[in-house]
Amino acid sequence: MKKTLFDKVWDSHVVQQVEDGPDILFIDRHMVHEVTSPVAFLGLKNRNIPVLYPERTFATADHNTPTINQHLPVEDPLSANQLKALEENAAAHGISYWGLGHEKNGIVHVVGPEYGITQPGATIVCGDSHTSTHGAFGAIAFGIGTSEVEMVLSTQCIMQPKPKSMRININGELGKGVTPKDVALYIISRLTTSGATGYFVEYAGDVFTSMTMEGRMTVCNLSIEMGARGGMIAPDEKTFDYIQGREFTPTGAAWDKAKAYWDTLHTDEGASFDKEYHFDASEIEPMITYGTNPGMGMGITNGIPNAYAVEGGAATYKKSLAYMGYNEGEDMIGKPIDFVFLGSCTNGRIEDFRAFAEIIKGRKKADNVTAWLVPGSHKVLAAIKEEGILDELHNAGFELREPGCSACLAMNDDKIPAGKYAVSTSNRNFEGRQGPGSRTLLASPIVAAAAAVTGKVTDPRTLL
Amino acid sequence: MAYDKFNVLTSTAVPLPIENVDTDQIIPARFLKATERIGFGDNLFRDWRYNQDDSPKEDFVLNNPRYSGKILVGGKNFGSGSSREHAAWAVYDYGFRCVVSSFFADIFKNNCLNIGVLPVQVSPAFLADIYAAIEEDASTELVVDLPAQTITISSTGASESFDINTYKKGNMTNGFDDIDYLLNIKDSIRDFAANTPL
Ligand code: SF4
Repeated sequence: MKKTLFDKVWDSHVVQQVEDGPDILFIDRHMVHEVTSPVAFLGLKNRNIPVLYPERTFATADHNTPTINQHLPVEDPLSANQLKALEENAAAHGISYWGLGHEKNGIVHVVGPEYGITQPGATIVCGDSHTSTHGAFGAIAFGIGTSEVEMVLSTQCIMQPKPKSMRININGELGKGVTPKDVALYIISRLTTSGATGYFVEYAGDVFTSMTMEGRMTVCNLSIEMGARGGMIAPDEKTFDYIQGREFTPTGAAWDKAKAYWDTLHTDEGASFDKEYHFDASEIEPMITYGTNPGMGMGITNGIPNAYAVEGGAATYKKSLAYMGYNEGEDMIGKPIDFVFLGSCTNGRIEDFRAFAEIIKGRKKADNVTAWLVPGSHKVLAAIKEEGILDELHNAGFELREPGCSACLAMNDDKIPAGKYAVSTSNRNFEGRQGPGSRTLLASPIVAAAAAVTGKVTDPRTLL
Repeated sequence: MAYDKFNVLTSTAVPLPIENVDTDQIIPARFLKATERIGFGDNLFRDWRYNQDDSPKEDFVLNNPRYSGKILVGGKNFGSGSSREHAAWAVYDYGFRCVVSSFFADIFKNNCLNIGVLPVQVSPAFLADIYAAIEEDASTELVVDLPAQTITISSTGASESFDINTYKKGNMTNGFDDIDYLLNIKDSIRDFAANTPL
């Protein structure tokens, strides 16, 4: 039978099928962070059971960590307590832990690929919805809740019905200034935030094959924002080049064996999907969001759509625009902004900092803008310094912070104040996501950079 | 952890006719710092429910004395966004045992099932009927019959059936969870693990 990439990976991980129930899926790699794990570890304690495979489990601290003065003790007692809990739980169960200050510390979805924990054909879960990032390597990767974290810690399996399959094909060439982030925001704007709920997505076509691994990660990362369980891209030479030689990547005979498996990981000619979409690369512009969910995005030179033109409830739409302080039909270009956030597991990798630097080089940060530039990991931070990007940032009046999730979810002190506008390279523009009352405009690193130097929403193509 | 058994729930309901209610609204990130599963109900819908000075917002449904009950009725695409199970815990801790919507986000739905809160997906038309019935009379009860897989509006008698797989239904009615099941097949899991390529 002809199989999709997704079928191949899923089917080879099914331990058992429960009659008229879910599949029992074996999980190769489990990433753990401080926020969604403490109650799961407590559950193990209450049941008096150990972690079944500590060597398949990796812990890092990222969601709740400060991004300045990481060498000092964490001030907020609740955050400090949560970090301590993870450290103790990891030690008690023999799990490797890359805590605050550790050279390998960083956002869970940034460090996984950096150290070769993420591999093609693997099943990867984490108590975080953007686990879909790892699908860029041809892995089945998705976010889970805390009960499931406990399930995977204790049994290395989860129970889930097999999702339906969707393929999104984009062929052609992307225009100037159009980045992987724009491709993802474009897809979500077309499908809406629930358009892929119940599906697992494969991205196919020239646009994705010619994308870098970083770009593929950005696209897969955002799969969840259209409701999909996850998204994946078939591994190719670029994938193998990226992972080869990393700490947890197999070597020697183990590499050959793994490689033989990886070479089978592509959708068979003629395999069918439950749903399929085709888009043309030339239709995609640099994107920006104007509302309070990631589906409310548009080409940056367009006007904000009218309520009658959008699918779904006009009341919800109007509530959203009211929250943003925008009106139907207005242009986004020229809208004043207050903050810029470059970072997160969506756009906190080295390539994103390079792109940002490209725009700000030889220019100055606008006086009305507060910019938070947060590398996704220590490895990214080191590369920023090594490549001279830090100097360029300083020359343009920017400061760099220390790695972590930061203003992506504003769990630490990096909160956008109420009523303020932030152009963010992160993934969610929900009400209050970046701080109570904050207003988020999601965009690519170069749209963020253009806003940072002009103080308003600006088409980055005018600065390239 | 094992949870309360769910059988037939008869209760008044709280209407929240907003679409795309995401888990950041259900519980904002700044309340995720606990290391135990207690007290999340106080912060359910925190920023819709309270002003920044902690005074209640009069116009939010949870602050309206007309509405109460163990069933929350939300708009389409309920529970989208973050995977935080804290959202389901907050719903439970506040006192809800069932959430009704015309469409649920996947992870939220799973999280609810895993802690014993029943997600009931109804047709958009039936959802509108529920809102209308509650609007007309806030003391209208809904009857959620899990064994029969039906939901009924008691004031009008209108009823619709809903889907749930047999396995999950069994878990809910017996108060079992997935870990109980998986621990019983640990040997098969170990055998499987020994033969995985990665
Ligand atoms: S950067 Fe944001 S989306 Fe990514 S893991 Fe951290 S909080 Fe989640």
